[in-house]
Amino acid sequence: MSRPVVVVGASMGGLRVAETLRKSGYLGPLVVVGDEPHAPYNRPPLSKEVLASDVSHDAVAFALAEILDDVEWKTGSAAVAADLEAQTVTLADGTTLDFEALVIATGLRPRRLDFDNKPAKGIHAIRTLDDAIALRNELVPGAKVVIYGAGFIGCEAAATATKLGASVTVVGKGPVPMLRPLGLELATDIQRRQEAHGVRFVMNAQLTGVLGDERVTGVTLDTGESLPCDVLIESLGSLPNTEFLAGNDIDIESGVHVNASLHALRANGEAWPNVFAVGDVARFPIPKFDPSTRRVEHWNIPTEMARKVGKQLALQLSGDADAHAAEHAKAFDPVPSFWSDQFEVSLLAYGLLDQGTEVRLLEGEPGGDCIYGYFDGDDMVGVCGIGMRSKVMAYRNKVGRTA
Amino acid sequence: MLKIHVDMDKCQHYGQCVFDAPEVFALNDDDKLEYKATADDSERENVQRAVDICPMQAISFTE
Repeated sequence: MSRPVVVVGASMGGLRVAETLRKSGYLGPLVVVGDEPHAPYNRPPLSKEVLASDVSHDAVAFALAEILDDVEWKTGSAAVAADLEAQTVTLADGTTLDFEALVIATGLRPRRLDFDNKPAKGIHAIRTLDDAIALRNELVPGAKVVIYGAGFIGCEAAATATKLGASVTVVGKGPVPMLRPLGLELATDIQRRQEAHGVRFVMNAQLTGVLGDERVTGVTLDTGESLPCDVLIESLGSLPNTEFLAGNDIDIESGVHVNASLHALRANGEAWPNVFAVGDVARFPIPKFDPSTRRVEHWNIPTEMARKVGKQLALQLSGDADAHAAEHAKAFDPVPSFWSDQFEVSLLAYGLLDQGTEVRLLEGEPGGDCIYGYFDGDDMVGVCGIGMRSKVMAYRNKVGRTA
Repeated sequence: MLKIHVDMDKCQHYGQCVFDAPEVFALNDDDKLEYKATADDSERENVQRAVDICPMQAISFTE
């Protein structure tokens, strides 16, 4: 039997790669490996619906198309090692898989606090379904919740927990929440709206310790303040799951470095012909916005990368050299898009806002529904609105660098 | 002919579907989703892309 295509990662990116391979005519053996016990499921509801109600895996599971019937799923078994020269991946259960091509879609895991004597109970992160279900059981009315990390996940969790009746304090290192992704104007605006709902922000502060023996009872800050709490949510950003690739000649500094065709790269920049990465774990150039490389943790990225890799790889394995060359030559150059819901605030953005050096109000009024443009010189490199979604969407095709 | 269904209890009006299948999905002036209940077979790939990209997985269709 010929060697399979092995996709490591059974979340949205891995699922969409498998679908696109099949739709593009690859009918050979296909194995999808996942560390979680669950079949692929949808993560956006985790910080909202799953926290707020009794939602199970069934409610968030992705539909599995018939074309995936003969895919071999190895869920609940993380990849722990790989040998790219020998074309093998080793799983936690000791299985070694040979591969014809490897697609890395392992995603991220939450960065966690590293304190000695951290209590075992009451401390949470939000990444997986099991994380969200465990947290849901503790977000009861009257609970005192501290959220450490004032990014999107932290601020969305603050809104959800407040709506559930918890008393919420967000602790963040910067001067305002969500500063890097949104810029000062919009970030300040959203902080005010969160505060109007009763969320307290302690900014320019860092945790110095976690109190409690078996269960968390509070945290101490470098400001000298201490905050009592029943629940501590860590939302400190993420780390790429690349450890299983260690020991290979592959650039995994801050994610798997890929080129415009999404091939993983050796340390010298040379592409691996049969190794690809998609989704949150990939670090890639976006010529239209940021020609250097970065990871982009936005909703549309895994699907768009998976569509390219699935089609390109199916053509590569089909032996149709001309068709493959044509697909291969199309540089991956998406328009990143994200949204966030926090109380009545619905944010929608296109582009890379942090590439802007100047922020201009385009429509509406600060404090109400409004749209900001993020400019680098004459180029609008991002747009973000509060409300006014249909108007924000009209800017999607106007963002990007002109040269 | 495609028959399209959106579970409006799930839909959060994010509008991600609009770019993949603009002939079928749109946000109205109140920023609420509007869609055509039927579409020509030629829209099949676009509608499938909209199904895939929906953050709430609220869209389905039959042929």
